[in-house]
Amino acid sequence: MAKITLSKLRHSYYPTPKQPSDYALKEIDLDWNDGGAYALLGPSGCGKSTLLNIISGLLVPSEGQILFDGKDVTELTPDKRNIAQVFQFPVIYDTMTVYDNLAFPLRNRGRDEETVKTRVMAIAEMLEVTDMLDTKAAGLSPDNKQKISMGRGLVREDVNVVMFDEPLTVIDPHLKWKLRSKLKELHQRIKATMIYVTHDQTEALTFADQVVVMQDGEVVQIGTPVELFERPAHTFVGHFIGSPGMNVLPCTLTDGQAYFGDQLVALEGAIIGEPNGRTEIGIRPEFVALAASGLPATVSKVSDVGRHTVVECDANGSKISAIIDGAGPEKGSPVFLNFQQNQTRLYVDGWIATQSQEAQS
Amino acid sequence: MKTVNQKAWFFVLPVLVLVAFNALIPMMTVVNYSVQETFGNNVFLWQGLDWFQQLLTEERFYKALGRQFMFTGLILIIEIPLGIAIALAMPRQGIWVPVCLVLMALPMLIPWNVVGAMWNIFTLPDIGLLGYFLNNVLGINYDMTQDPIAAWITIITMDVWHWTSLVVLLAYAGLVSIPDAYYQAAKIDGASNWSVFRFIQLPKMKPVLTIAILLRFMDSFNIYTEPFVLTGGGPGNSTTLLSIDLVKRALGQFDLGPAAAMSLIYFAITLLVSWLFYTLMTKDDLN
Repeated sequence: MAKITLSKLRHSYYPTPKQPSDYALKEIDLDWNDGGAYALLGPSGCGKSTLLNIISGLLVPSEGQILFDGKDVTELTPDKRNIAQVFQFPVIYDTMTVYDNLAFPLRNRGRDEETVKTRVMAIAEMLEVTDMLDTKAAGLSPDNKQKISMGRGLVREDVNVVMFDEPLTVIDPHLKWKLRSKLKELHQRIKATMIYVTHDQTEALTFADQVVVMQDGEVVQIGTPVELFERPAHTFVGHFIGSPGMNVLPCTLTDGQAYFGDQLVALEGAIIGEPNGRTEIGIRPEFVALAASGLPATVSKVSDVGRHTVVECDANGSKISAIIDGAGPEKGSPVFLNFQQNQTRLYVDGWIATQSQEAQS
Repeated sequence: MKTVNQKAWFFVLPVLVLVAFNALIPMMTVVNYSVQETFGNNVFLWQGLDWFQQLLTEERFYKALGRQFMFTGLILIIEIPLGIAIALAMPRQGIWVPVCLVLMALPMLIPWNVVGAMWNIFTLPDIGLLGYFLNNVLGINYDMTQDPIAAWITIITMDVWHWTSLVVLLAYAGLVSIPDAYYQAAKIDGASNWSVFRFIQLPKMKPVLTIAILLRFMDSFNIYTEPFVLTGGGPGNSTTLLSIDLVKRALGQFDLGPAAAMSLIYFAITLLVSWLFYTLMTKDDLN
């Protein structure tokens, strides 16, 4: 187990990168605490797999360092780093039995058969695969294969970090849930640092204590699932997390007040600094209410999503979603929208620019 | 009630006619010859299984069969590992990939009799590039028209040169289809290069290697043109493989009956060994 520090990490797949867009990863400084459950969340192509491969040692970064407990491992090969990685598609050794698959990493490191046996049995029991130890791994179902490839990582007692690269992609939906709770349970039992890469917000938010959101090779926000939901540091996080995502409305500033169209919008707190650039208001649909007075809008779409209704409205040419309980108004009918003040924030060039209410009091 | 549409038979008719003309009818003709004696003029005498009995008690047949198995065995032992080794050494990406692929495909594009003629001239001691070099520069006594061992080395080398590419291309196709994650997982598991080959590359190449072994077995077991052009079965009978012996019987001695019997036995052996190979190599895949 170890604390992992990424220091001034940059990576480009070009041999001689010239401009920032040549970098798949742009300047990353990050600490992963020992024993934490992390998720690395972002859309395809945001650099999360690149980052993962750099931590595991499959890629050597163009610039910067990786430290395990303060020790520089940037140049070390994957097998020297004592890490484990579970891939998108289950990797198993087809010709071996399940037992031999689990024993493989230990045997490669020259452990005696006695130790191998104890470890394999312990891991098999933890993963609930004891009854299939003698079968050929080739015939297993995808979820069991994925369990075995996970087991190969966990079987080494001194593993520093276990990384998951979208491990549930090929698993049937009804088994996804089971495997995900298994993962969570494993984390609580063995207390290893785990990093879980995904583009699925549900997976990230259910698995992780801390979620790292990435976009275009940059870390946009690190926080607990609640923090990410309640106070997105960037409009991207607001969009990406939540269903539907945060409403982002263009606005103008006059005398420290925000106006959407000609309508004054009350913000959660004072504006930080001297806003200079594109200004937007961000509010989650959960905190938009239909009211007797407020921002006038026209209902453009109503979708019943089960426990609540998503109402999409048009106001000043922008689309605003609201989540309300019970049945929604008719399509085309005029409504008034109210924004809950402590959840209404200002974003400048995408980044949050208002003080939270707790910070003010 | 289920309706049965008999019209489907109509659509397979062209194929049946084709198969009849290119396989069934010639095959039955051979069966016909194998149980009769003929002296031309459409005069046939019933012989029963005499030709088969005669053939199977004859030393000449077993010698040719032995040479055939030795040839095919050597070909498989050399070409399969060599083909895998070359495929492993080939680049997986970059501009050299097409270059390597084209170079590999070239020998297979040359007509078989041309290959025989090429190697014949190439190895002649007086005018051949290789033959002259070996005899007059290195001082090694090498003459495949005189020395059976030299003749064997030459036909084996020729076949390796001509057909290893097929194994290379098939093995290479198997190799490039292995996802990167397997190699990455192996690295993390601390696997040695040998383990990567033994537990990842070889199992993943197995289906294509099964095809490669079957194709190389059948081709080399039925080989005729190249050794015929190169050595004509000599010196003596040292390189007279089954097919060359068969043609000698049929067209040289005009013993059509024994030749037909031999064809059928030859065919049965090819079929049997192919079936054995296939069954042994795929028996693990059933579960």
